[in-house]
Amino acid sequence: MRVVVVGHGPTSSRLVETLAARGFEGRMTVLGEEPRAAYDRVALTSYLAGRSVEDLTYPVPEGVVLRLGSRVTGIDRESREVTTADGHVEPYDVLVLATGSSPFVPPVPGGELEGCFVYRTIDDLDAIREASAAATSGVVVGGGLLGLEAADALRGLGLTTHVVEMGGWLMPRQVDEGGGAVLRGHIEALGLGVHTGAGVKEIVAGPDGRVAGLVKADGETVEAQVVVFSAGVRPRDELAGPAGLEVGARGGIAVDDGMRTGDPAIYAVGECALHDGTLYGLVGPCLTMAEVAADRILGGGAVFARADPSTKLKLMGVEVAQFGAMDGALDVTFTDPVSGVYQKLFVSDDARTLLGGVCVGDATPYDTLRPFVGRDLPGVPGELLFSAGQANADLPEDAQVCSCNNVTKGRVCAAIAEDGLTDVAGIKAGTRAGTACGSCVPTLRRILAEAGVEASKALCEHFEHSRAELFDIVRVRGVTTFSQLVAEHGAGRGCEVCKPVVASILASLGNGHILDGEQAALQDTNDHFLANIQRNGTYSVVPRIPGGEITPDRLIVIGEVARDFGLYTKITGGQRIDLFGARVEQLPLIWKRLVDAGFESGHAYGKALRTVKSCVGSTWCRYGVQDAVGLAVSLELRYRGLRSPHKLKSAVSGCARECAEARGKDFGVIATERGWNLYVGGNGGFTPRHADLFAADLSTEELVRTIDRFVMFYVRTADRLQRTSAWLEQQGLDHVRKVVLEDSLGICADLDAQMERHVAAYADEWRAAIEDPEKLRRFVSFVNAPATPDPSIAFERERDQVKPVLIPLEAVRS
Amino acid sequence: MVFSPMRIPREDVRATGWTPVCAYADLLPERGVCALVGRSQIALFRTFEGRLFAVGNHDPFSGAQVLSRGIVGTRAGEPTVASPMHKQVFSLATGVCMDDPSAAVPTYPVRVAHGTVEVGVG
Ligand code: SRM
Ligand SMILES: Cc1cc2nc3c(=O)[nH]c(=O)nc-3n(C[C@H](O)[C@H](O)[C@H](O)COP(=O)(O)OP(=O)(O)OC[C@H]3O[C@@H](n4cnc5c(N)ncnc54)[C@H](O)[C@@H]3O)c2cc1C
Ligand code: SF4
Ligand code: FES
Repeated sequence: MRVVVVGHGPTSSRLVETLAARGFEGRMTVLGEEPRAAYDRVALTSYLAGRSVEDLTYPVPEGVVLRLGSRVTGIDRESREVTTADGHVEPYDVLVLATGSSPFVPPVPGGELEGCFVYRTIDDLDAIREASAAATSGVVVGGGLLGLEAADALRGLGLTTHVVEMGGWLMPRQVDEGGGAVLRGHIEALGLGVHTGAGVKEIVAGPDGRVAGLVKADGETVEAQVVVFSAGVRPRDELAGPAGLEVGARGGIAVDDGMRTGDPAIYAVGECALHDGTLYGLVGPCLTMAEVAADRILGGGAVFARADPSTKLKLMGVEVAQFGAMDGALDVTFTDPVSGVYQKLFVSDDARTLLGGVCVGDATPYDTLRPFVGRDLPGVPGELLFSAGQANADLPEDAQVCSCNNVTKGRVCAAIAEDGLTDVAGIKAGTRAGTACGSCVPTLRRILAEAGVEASKALCEHFEHSRAELFDIVRVRGVTTFSQLVAEHGAGRGCEVCKPVVASILASLGNGHILDGEQAALQDTNDHFLANIQRNGTYSVVPRIPGGEITPDRLIVIGEVARDFGLYTKITGGQRIDLFGARVEQLPLIWKRLVDAGFESGHAYGKALRTVKSCVGSTWCRYGVQDAVGLAVSLELRYRGLRSPHKLKSAVSGCARECAEARGKDFGVIATERGWNLYVGGNGGFTPRHADLFAADLSTEELVRTIDRFVMFYVRTADRLQRTSAWLEQQGLDHVRKVVLEDSLGICADLDAQMERHVAAYADEWRAAIEDPEKLRRFVSFVNAPATPDPSIAFERERDQVKPVLIPLEAVRS
Repeated sequence: MVFSPMRIPREDVRATGWTPVCAYADLLPERGVCALVGRSQIALFRTFEGRLFAVGNHDPFSGAQVLSRGIVGTRAGEPTVASPMHKQVFSLATGVCMDDPSAAVPTYPVRVAHGTVEVGVG
């Protein structure tokens, strides 16, 4: 069977993904008009904040033939073929129209001038970004969901931004008048101009023929060099009419409950489809349509039921949510003008059945109460609003918890019980709940907690505490030894799990050299020898080379040391040099030479700051806008030696070309014309993650203070061996932002002081070691023959350097 | 840089059956050292309470002579060492790998005589 899909957006992508996952054996061809594969349109705005196209793009299942930049212009139902603008003819057995919508541009004079845009595709955003570079102000026509999102984007591009909305208040489709007023307060507080009840008379051009402003119906002119139309969308049904398929009076390709058009060989899904008189403009129902159509193509009998149009979103930091109906016999409203919260519930005349609700500023009731729409309320409406934060309402089993993917609480519970799931990631993988807009994730967490499967936080058999709890115990009680900690708060004598954790906590809090006294026995092998163990029991040596900057003289020293001790030498992925193959008894001798030449420990062995990579930056590079190397060196010197839950990596790029790959780092810095953008939570490794923009255009001083706090908050609260990427996902970017940027926990002064203590107390670990005979006594292969090298270590040569001789495993095991 | 070597002549192995290897004070609590006795590498450990254990230094999983550098601890009360290479845990009392009982390392008698640690290899 040949399935041909027209359009490659989220709906089309879900359709072929579902077919592939369910073992469809025919041929799948997708014809998409955009020049790139389907991407997450819901997250479109994050592209302007720096997310890459690759990051946003959905994976394309194997076997799907994708023709991009290929617009379908006609359907021949007789011969079962579609034709594209470039003359390609594609025969089908089953045709699926997933053509989405296009933005509606109201017919106002001047609407076609240069400087007018819509907000739907990556190409649109590229064009807006380019035009904004030369602009100072912008205006968005339309104050709905997408309009406000576009306005936020313009603001993010540095423009003075206005929103013009024809309706009486902002987001008239999602909130009522009271909610609109509270929302307006939030938006204006962010510095945006809001004009409601305002029609557009015309867009006027300047002397250069480009847009110069927008004239409102009342005659007032809003100055703007960029105009974005976001006045609603229209279904792209233009292929249907000429092919003789039924189109609704207000647009949309009419389909039945199985997503089939009047022609049984043709389906329509997503925003272009008109089901039961309704067009959908949210991704959730569109994805369900894709799954229904896929099931039908495979011979199933799935049906699409009227979808829940509930929405919850966060616009410019303001939560807005709407669920169920927007009116009822009775309503209860909670308003807090100080914090800008507006919550309203609509209920039946006996005040028992929940009909719907609207929230602005705090959408907690959305999470807790939405599943009760159409059911008896779990309490008195007013009290439910007041206590929504801790509402412990038991959801019924058949309540839909994820509306994007139509997953009920029952299904989530079953997956938890049957597959022994212990976290949200497992639920996502097992049920798809939480994988689209993410707004149901808090509910998923609650269900996990209710099911009592909260993963044990105990570190190991010796401590029932999590790392974060131990950190607080050590910090608050001023514990300085493992013995004291395990005697008072643990059991037994520790193990390879808890000892390095406690070693790291003691080190983070500044308890002297890591090989001092009892601390030495806690250290992992690498820390114990201040070097990384290799497969044959030898060690590697990595001197710190801050920012990757090194003088020729120092390079020569490294070369001489490597040559004299016969070490294998390699440039690392961290912009420094690793010397391999040193025996324990050679380490102090090697380091003596390095320390004398001014080198310090690079902490390649520690869960500690590794490197701050840099690009050459404005000093040399013709594109650079700031001194990337200078900043990288100072950051590396500031945080060197800081012990953390896992290793910490950083990088600084001198401009947005990002040659230092800062967005793959725990904290990465990218220079802007005005200062520095800070990105956090990046990771290479097992689970790569691009860092999130944390704060923009910071001065160097602001940047350092922000990193200080971010890092210290991580050091205090992360789990053992949890990189900042996983930690950030767990804490939530918003929460960490509030703690670090707004001091929501009131701990910033404490974090600052802790970092200051670290910076002041830093001393080179290797220098201290070679100057202390007690510490040096451990650097021997044999306690009874300190000068004897380990005879089991042998090398052969490869490409002019040494290489360990590997002992075959069979020989070892026997 | 100062090392305080305690050279022990190898002939001792045969002579007594007990080989002196180092001073008891050379062993740090909950840390190991390695002694070379003939061609055998012996990992010696002193627990928190002061008991001594001796096992082979050879890590059967990686093939490297490294067990003396592992972290010492307890599992359900039994003294253990974790291989520094890939963290398999061995019982210091029996030498059996507690994560994979099909693997084990040899154990050796060990005692302290007049402040000197001696291993029963010979
Ligand atoms: C030497 C080096 C490879 C090289 O020859 O280039 C290296 C070598 C090791 N890496 Fe790496 N990594 C090296 C750069 C990287 C990078 C690239 C970078 O930093 O820009 C990454 C990906 C970036 C990242 O970490 O997000 C990287 C991701 C890892 C991971 C996976 C971490 C994760 O979050 O998934 C591990 C395993 C771990 O830490 O648990 C690892 C662990 C290791 C260990 C420590 C494995 C081990 O325990 O023996 C290797 C020992 C190094 C040694 O003996 O000196 N290495 N490793 C690089 C040293 C950089 C430096 O100068 O410090
Ligand atoms: C900025 C923005 C933010 C949004 N935020 C949210 C949100 O927070 N929550 C939410 O639920 N929804 C949100 N949406 C809506 C969501 O993106 C859409 O519901 C979703 O994209 C619909 O998917 P679709 O595949 O049906 O249509 P589309 O995404 O429009 O994809 C259709 C594709 O078909 C192509 N096409 C059209 N005609 C042809 C043809 N003749 N030949 C070939 N190709 C063709 C189009 O170029 C397009 O690529 C947002 C939308 C935007 C623009
Ligand atoms: S990131 Fe920018 S400044 Fe740095 S090397 Fe690349 S182009 Fe040059
Ligand atoms: S409700 Fe959108 S992902 Fe679950």
